[in-house]
Amino acid sequence: MLLTDFIIFVLSLWVGFEVISKVPATLHTPLMSAANSIHGIVLAGAIIIAATAHSLAGYVLAFIAVAFAAMNVVGGYVVTGRMLKMFRRRTPAAVPGGRQASAVAAGTAASGPDGRVTS
Amino acid sequence: MTGTFNTIIQLIYLAAASCFVLGLHLMNTPATARRGNQVSVAGMVAALLATGALVIHDGVIGAGGWIVIAAGVVVGGGLGLFAARTVRMTAMPQLVSVFNAVGGGAAALVAIRDYMELGSHVAAATSVTTVLDVIIGSVTFSGSIIAAGKLQGMITSAPVTFPGARVVNLLLAAAAVGVGAYLIAAPGMIGLGVVIAAALVFGISMVMPIGGADMPVVISLLNAFTGTAVAMAGFVIDNTGLIIAGALVGASGGILTKLMADAMNRSIGAIMLGGFGSGDAVAALAGPAGASVQTIAADDAAIQLAYASKVIIVPGYGLAAAQAQHEVAALADLLESRGVEVSYAIHPVAGRMPGHMNVLLAEANVPYPLLKEMDEINPEFPRADVALVIGANDVTNPAARRPGTAISGMPILDVDAAKSVIVIKRSMGHGYAGIDNELYTNPKTSMFFADAKKGLAELTAAVKTLVG
Repeated sequence: MLLTDFIIFVLSLWVGFEVISKVPATLHTPLMSAANSIHGIVLAGAIIIAATAHSLAGYVLAFIAVAFAAMNVVGGYVVTGRMLKMFRRRTPAAVPGGRQASAVAAGTAASGPDGRVTS
Repeated sequence: MTGTFNTIIQLIYLAAASCFVLGLHLMNTPATARRGNQVSVAGMVAALLATGALVIHDGVIGAGGWIVIAAGVVVGGGLGLFAARTVRMTAMPQLVSVFNAVGGGAAALVAIRDYMELGSHVAAATSVTTVLDVIIGSVTFSGSIIAAGKLQGMITSAPVTFPGARVVNLLLAAAAVGVGAYLIAAPGMIGLGVVIAAALVFGISMVMPIGGADMPVVISLLNAFTGTAVAMAGFVIDNTGLIIAGALVGASGGILTKLMADAMNRSIGAIMLGGFGSGDAVAALAGPAGASVQTIAADDAAIQLAYASKVIIVPGYGLAAAQAQHEVAALADLLESRGVEVSYAIHPVAGRMPGHMNVLLAEANVPYPLLKEMDEINPEFPRADVALVIGANDVTNPAARRPGTAISGMPILDVDAAKSVIVIKRSMGHGYAGIDNELYTNPKTSMFFADAKKGLAELTAAVKTLVG
């Protein structure tokens, strides 16, 4: 069991190095935040120890572990999503060569009542 | 124990792990990154549901267990959601630190609980990972709390050190590892308590001597620690989902740590030993004495910018500290509308964590194709009519190219290659390295002494009035 686990661990490290070294510097903060959410899977471990707890101390430890891990996983994913939403190729307002205000007006006219052109 | 059920659970964990890998892979371009995050969420939900099914199937969980899980998810999840929704982008490093802390703490608790429950019944091989989980998780927990406190300004960001600090650190580390090894041979709760205490204190004493400028490295390293702690927790409870996810995060943290350390030309060891930016750096080798500094008024700077064909903006942490991201974006938009080619030169350690400056500028609606990495932008400086440096200091100092200075060998932005340089800065104060910036005395450089936010607003107003 332990050897199999160790093999999985080492191979996962290599996969991690390969995949993550291709992430551009501009996304390093969301990357770290996304990695943060992934280690929120420790919530699964916390659930398992909560399931087997039978003493008061066990319950207290399990509660703290579950709360910590839940904070990690929920907060991590939400904040990563929030950050990634801000990365835009070009906003409709910033068309080169055109005045900002008129570009916005043109965008509104072109895209109907909601006034947003998603890129 | 039905074999089929466990096989299905294991396959779901495998699918979840695949989602994590795919999610990270999709982060290789900003265009697909959001989908990557969603894929990762899907994997997480699947893994957690499978875990729920597993504990129900095992039939050991009672009402108490469910109450604990529900209460924990509501309290922790609620706090996480609130923090994630309300955090300001400038405070992102603190939040990531807090998430590192709770992730590491949860991993340590899993091992502690497992050890309490099983004690002497576990095999020696498993208790090695248990002890490692307790140590790494505890160090991450207390270290990340201190890092968050320093970033938030609740604890001084200056290096805090005392005579013999390194010896104390070594003793603490030795105590944690030594007693930990003893625990494997002879299990006992007192020993466990000593290991936890030593590891917690070590986490504090490890981060306290590290200065504010080194925070990008520290956060990355603690991120790697958290991942490793979670992987160890996976070993303890024999859960492949935790092992794979932990290893992925460990790899991510490891890569970022190395990138950040390289970007400052400092070894990870030197950073962990601390003392950088303590003010005792040798200033003697910097610039010719008495070199004069030219200042520039807003109107003249505005003319230079407005009639340039290519402007490179060099933002540093000072820009973020002054909350001037929106002002710089407004100026850049105005210049672009006049047909000026504008791009941003982002040094890897421009913020307080890897990629921080990019997020801050993205928040100010700067399109990401304009954000250029150091290697990409450096060849473009000779073509730039104006390099506009805002709140960046050490990363533009040509002294880094010569040996014998505090920043020698650090990769820098070749700002001095631009045809002219305008620096917006409040005073001639030093950066973290504590040395004079030779860029400021370069004949091509004009200093515009102002707060970043006010200075940029003045420039924008001046461009508007001068050239309509």
